[in-house]
Amino acid sequence: MTANLRIALVGNPNCGKTALFNLLTGSNQKVANYAGVTVERKEGVFHTSDGNLLHFLDLPGAYSLEATSPDEAVTRDVLKGQYRGEPEPDVLVCVADATNLRLHLRFVLELIALGRPMVLALNMMDAARKHGIDIDTEVLAKELGIPVVETIAINKDGANKLVDKLNQRGWDAASTQAESLSLEQRHQRVRLLMEKAVTITGIKKTLDDKIDAIVLHPVLGLVVLAVLMFFIFQAVFSWAEPVMDLITNGITDLGSWVTSPLPKDSALFSLLNDGIFAGLGNVLVFLPQILILFFFIITLEESGYLPRAAYLLDRMMFRAGLTGRAFIPLLSSFACAIPGIMAARTISDPRDRLTTILVAPLMTCSARLPVYTLLIAAFIPKQSVAGTFNLQGIVLFCLYFAGIISALLVAYVMKWLRRDKREHALLMELPSYRIPHLRDLAYGLLQRAKMFLKRVGGIIFSLTVILWVLCTFPGAPVGATEPAINYSFAGVLGHWLSYVFEPVGFNWQICIALVPGMAAREVAVSALGTVYAMSGTEDMVANQLGHVIASTWSLGTALSLLAWYVFAPQCISTLAVIRRETNSWKVMAVSLVYLFALAYLASMATYHITEWLL
Amino acid sequence: MNLADVKKGVEAIVVDVIDAYDQDPIARRLRELGFVAGEPIKVVARGLFGGNPLVVQVGTTRFALRKKEAQRVHIQAEFVK
Repeated sequence: MTANLRIALVGNPNCGKTALFNLLTGSNQKVANYAGVTVERKEGVFHTSDGNLLHFLDLPGAYSLEATSPDEAVTRDVLKGQYRGEPEPDVLVCVADATNLRLHLRFVLELIALGRPMVLALNMMDAARKHGIDIDTEVLAKELGIPVVETIAINKDGANKLVDKLNQRGWDAASTQAESLSLEQRHQRVRLLMEKAVTITGIKKTLDDKIDAIVLHPVLGLVVLAVLMFFIFQAVFSWAEPVMDLITNGITDLGSWVTSPLPKDSALFSLLNDGIFAGLGNVLVFLPQILILFFFIITLEESGYLPRAAYLLDRMMFRAGLTGRAFIPLLSSFACAIPGIMAARTISDPRDRLTTILVAPLMTCSARLPVYTLLIAAFIPKQSVAGTFNLQGIVLFCLYFAGIISALLVAYVMKWLRRDKREHALLMELPSYRIPHLRDLAYGLLQRAKMFLKRVGGIIFSLTVILWVLCTFPGAPVGATEPAINYSFAGVLGHWLSYVFEPVGFNWQICIALVPGMAAREVAVSALGTVYAMSGTEDMVANQLGHVIASTWSLGTALSLLAWYVFAPQCISTLAVIRRETNSWKVMAVSLVYLFALAYLASMATYHITEWLL
Repeated sequence: MNLADVKKGVEAIVVDVIDAYDQDPIARRLRELGFVAGEPIKVVARGLFGGNPLVVQVGTTRFALRKKEAQRVHIQAEFVK
C-alpha cells in the first residue's frame, strides 16, 4: 500500500533545517510563495523504498508561536491548520540544534503543547559532540514523550533514520504534556531537561570567541567588512567577464546559425535577429554576475557572518532611519532589487521593513550595468587620474555611491516625515560560525538561476517581441524620406514623450528606449540599438551604438541619462514585487512617484549644470 | 543595574526583564529568547561610542541588541575582569 504523508519541518532559525530539507528532498524541490505573502514556501518529495511518498514542507524558522514577523506568522498559521490553501500537516518534524539546545528546547515545548503527532530531529549532533556536549536522547525522548532522532544535516545516515521513523509511522503526540505551560514554566522545564539529558564536558566555542573578537570589534570589524565588500564587487565584475564573453559569442553564433536560411529582408529574420537573439542575449549575459554575487551572499549567509555585518552597521543605518537588518536585503539588491525586497521580510519591524523596501530600488542592480557601461565607454575618456585610478572606473564607482547615499537620504527623510517615536527593535541572533556546505550552496544557486531564466523566458522575451513590433509597424509610407522607425508606433510615442523629456536633455530616440526599459532596464541598450536602425548582437550594438551616440549626443545628455538611471524605477517587476510584498497599491504608487521625481530632478540638474559649465 | 551598563567581557546574572510599556513585545521576545531570572549572561562586544548596539551571550547563543532593548534587562554583575 502506498501512502502520502505531509510532513512539516519546523524549528528555530539557524537550526540547520534547510540543510536537512535539502538532504532529504534533493533536487525534487519546488519553491514558491505562500498565497498573498512573499514568504518562501519550499516543498519537496522523498520516495521511500517501499513506494511511499513523503512530502516535506520547509516552514520559515521561528522562535515562538507568538509571531513577531510575517514569516513567523506563516509558520504559526500553517502549524495550527489556519493557513488558507495549506492543508494541515500530518506530522511535524521539529528540528533542534544540539549545540544550542537550551534555546531551541523552549520552542520544542511550545510545539509539543499543540498536541500534534511529532518527531524531534536533534540536528548537528556531530558538532555537539565536538563541543563536548553529550545528549542522552533516550532520556530526552522519555521526558518529552516524543521520539527523538539524531541527525547531522550533511550526512545521509541520520536523515535515513528519520525517514524510517516517519515511514513506520513511529511518531507520537505527547498527549500527556499537551497542557500549555507559561513562559516561566517552560524555561524551568528546559532547565530540568538540560540537567537530566545533557552533560557538558568540554570547553565551548573558543573558535567563535576568537573570530568574534576581530569581526565584532568596532574598528577592526568595519575594516574586515569593507575589505570583504570590496573583494566581492571586484569578483562580480572581473570573474564574470570571460563567461559573459562566452555567452555573448555563443548567442551570436546560435543566432546567425538559426537565421542563416532566412532571407535577410524578411520580417521573420528581423524578428529573430534584432528582436529575440539581440534582446535575450542582452539579458542572459548577466547570469554569471548574478550567480557570482549570490555565491557570496549565500556563502556569507551560511557561514553566519551576515548578521554580524548587520550588527556593525546598525548604528549608522539606524541614524539614517533604517536598521542593521536592512543590510542583507540591500546587499542582495546590488544583484537585483527583487530578491532584495523579498529578503526584507526577515525584518520584523513593519516600519523598518517598509523603508527598506522603498529604498532597495536605489541600490545599483546589475541591470543598470549595460547602460552605465555603454555611456561611460562613449563619453568618459580613458585616462588615469593621479597616476593610478582609471577615470571611467571612478565614474562607475560614483554612480554606485550615488545610489547608496541617496538611499540613506531617502530613509532619513522618511524617518523625519513619519515623526514616529515608537521603538524599533534590533534583537537578532548571531549564529555560530559554520563552514558552508557545498550542497546547500549548489541548491541555492540553482534556484536563483532558475528564477532568472524564467524571467528571461517570460517577461523579457515578451517585451522584446512587443518592442520589435512597435518599432516595425506601421512601415514607412511610400516616398518617405526619414528612417522607417520614425513612422512606427514607437517613433510616434517617442516624439510625443520627448516634449516631457526635453528639459532634461533627452532626444526622441532615448525616449523610445525608455519605454521598453520600463520592463527591464537592460533592454534600453538594445532598444537604443534598434532605434538607431541597427541590428546585431549586444556587443556589436554596444560598440557601434557607442560611436553613434558619442557623435550625436552632447555630454550633458549622456550624463543626464546616467543620472536618470541612478533613480528611475525602470522595472515593472520591481514595482510588482513591492506591491505584492506590502500588499498595497499605495506603497507601490509612492515608490513609483518618488523615484521618477528624483530621476527627473537629478537629470535636469545634471543636464543644465553640464551645459552651463561647458 | 541593567544590561546596557555592563562592560565588555563582564559576566552577569539576569534578575528580571521589565516591560517598557504595557504589553511590551520586545520584552516578551527577550524572555522567550532566554533572558530570564537566574540565567548567566556575558557581554561579548559593544559599539564604539556609548556601547550601542551590543552583543550578549546567553547560554551558548549570541544576540545583538540596541541599548534601549538592553535597558529592559536588569542584571546583577558577578565579577569584573
